[in-house]
Amino acid sequence: MDVKIRIEDLTYAYGDKVALRDVTMDIPANAITVVFGPAGGGKTTLLRLINRLNDLIEGTRMSGRILLDGKDIYAPATDVIDLRRRVGMVFALPLPLPGTIRENVEYGPRLAGVRDPVRLEEIVVRSLKQAALWDEVKDRLDTPASALSGGQQQRLCLARSLALEPEVLLLDEPTSGLDPISTGRIEETLFELKQRYTIVLVPHSIQQAARVADYAAFFLMGELVEWQPGDMLFTNPRDQRTEDYITGRFG
Amino acid sequence: MRSKHWIEFAIESLIRVLGLSSIGFVLLIFLFLLKEGLPAFFEVAPENLFGVRWYPTFGLFGTLPLILGSLLVTATAIAIALPLGVATAVFVREVAPGWAREVLKPMIEVLAGIPSVVLGFFGMTVLAPLVRVTLNAPTGLTAFTGGLILAYMALPTIISVAEDALDAVPKSYRDAGLAMGATQWQTIWRVVVPAARSGILTAVMLGMGRAIGETMAVMMVTGNAARMPTTLDSLFRPVRTMTATIAAEMGEVARGSTHYHVLFGIGILLFVITFLLNLVAAGAIFKKRRRGGLR
Ligand SMILES: Nc1ncnc2c1ncn2[C@@H]1O[C@H](COP(=O)(O)OP(=O)(O)O)[C@@H](O)[C@H]1O
Ligand SMILES: [Mg+2]
Repeated sequence: MDVKIRIEDLTYAYGDKVALRDVTMDIPANAITVVFGPAGGGKTTLLRLINRLNDLIEGTRMSGRILLDGKDIYAPATDVIDLRRRVGMVFALPLPLPGTIRENVEYGPRLAGVRDPVRLEEIVVRSLKQAALWDEVKDRLDTPASALSGGQQQRLCLARSLALEPEVLLLDEPTSGLDPISTGRIEETLFELKQRYTIVLVPHSIQQAARVADYAAFFLMGELVEWQPGDMLFTNPRDQRTEDYITGRFG
Repeated sequence: MRSKHWIEFAIESLIRVLGLSSIGFVLLIFLFLLKEGLPAFFEVAPENLFGVRWYPTFGLFGTLPLILGSLLVTATAIAIALPLGVATAVFVREVAPGWAREVLKPMIEVLAGIPSVVLGFFGMTVLAPLVRVTLNAPTGLTAFTGGLILAYMALPTIISVAEDALDAVPKSYRDAGLAMGATQWQTIWRVVVPAARSGILTAVMLGMGRAIGETMAVMMVTGNAARMPTTLDSLFRPVRTMTATIAAEMGEVARGSTHYHVLFGIGILLFVITFLLNLVAAGAIFKKRRRGGLR
């Protein structure tokens, strides 16, 4: 197992509110790592830290390290913009930017300086295909993205991230609020994508966690309770609290 | 149960009466304006009324210099206030640290409450000499000075409404921009501001509404010479606006005279122009909104 991201003794607090406490875990390359647990456990915070999205929030404290390919992403020498291009993120609420479908997908590459129309077209087609959206939108690329259905919008957000060819994809409850068919499509897409990407997923249900996890990490109130390959964690959890949660006895 | 029903009915009627009466008052004012102003369009020949010379004592009622004067001052004000207002709103909302925002917001709102006479006085005694000296012009009472004062008056409105519009942009837009490798500035200019575009246009329209109808401050600083602002240096020469003309001359005209009707006629023209401008702006907003567009 190749380690893509290593998290070492990570503690993080918003003011007095500790969101993550002493978290140490590895995120293997080319696999889906599921981060799950009850609300308020710090899952979103963990993902945002890997993308350095919390940099602009005032009054936070962090200790410990996050290594991407062995390099500390919070080291002063890190180029944050470059980091965010290598680590893509898809958020819980599918929210296309104002504009057309094409503009949404081209947005990141354009920011990165891609101007060549042929190259942009290639990126749009590839990203939409990877996100399993191409067939549904290929005839209306220049119509407003807001006219898409919820499931389509979420896949568009996925395509938007994929357009930058990131190495890591962080997905925060990407299927919450979607119908089972759209959810299924996105999960299938993720199975395809993990051949090439490292995926970290916050699932919207324990069932989804069990379905897609190569590795699974259970978070409870900022603490990483346990972390192991998915089939082991879901059949034979080491910790009583994990067992209680996955068998539905609390949470 | 019954008494509750009755109270409900009373309150409903009261609200209805109040609502209808305020509509009624607006209608009455409008009718009055029409009654006093429309005769002007019959008493004065069109080529005189829309001519270039405004000398009421000689029967010359050319309103064109006044219309152009109003437009020039307003356009100048917008040209100054729009970039400044939007930039300030972006600064307050997106860049300033939390404590600075808490201090700045109420300060900006207080600015809106400064009476226009005070601004006019400030314009006359401070701004006009400054304009005269820096431009080496014969007088500091110019269209530009008026534009500056109006820009200042429109700024608080533009800033606070634009700020609200930026505030209404979902936080996830910002996150999405950043997560795609945009810098903070790129996220602001290419995601947040476009998303708030219709709100920002509303802000400018409201600010402009305040500017074009403003009388007092403008009358005090623009010099009030009814000349055609058609030469290149007109911006730095005195002009006279429609509102200033009405305010300055209404007091001394004989009721029912042609001059009197023409002044009301100018009121009608002002109303029509403002209405058209609003219509155009609203049209622009709707068109943009339908098209979407992210740039
Ligand atoms: N921006 C923030 N400011 C203050 N507290 C926050 C912020 N974001 C999250 N928290 C707090 O951190 C804790 C973890 O939140 P989060 O990471 O969103 O958990 P999860 O995604 O597992 O539900 C919660 O108690 C939450 O209230
Ligand atoms: Mg969350």
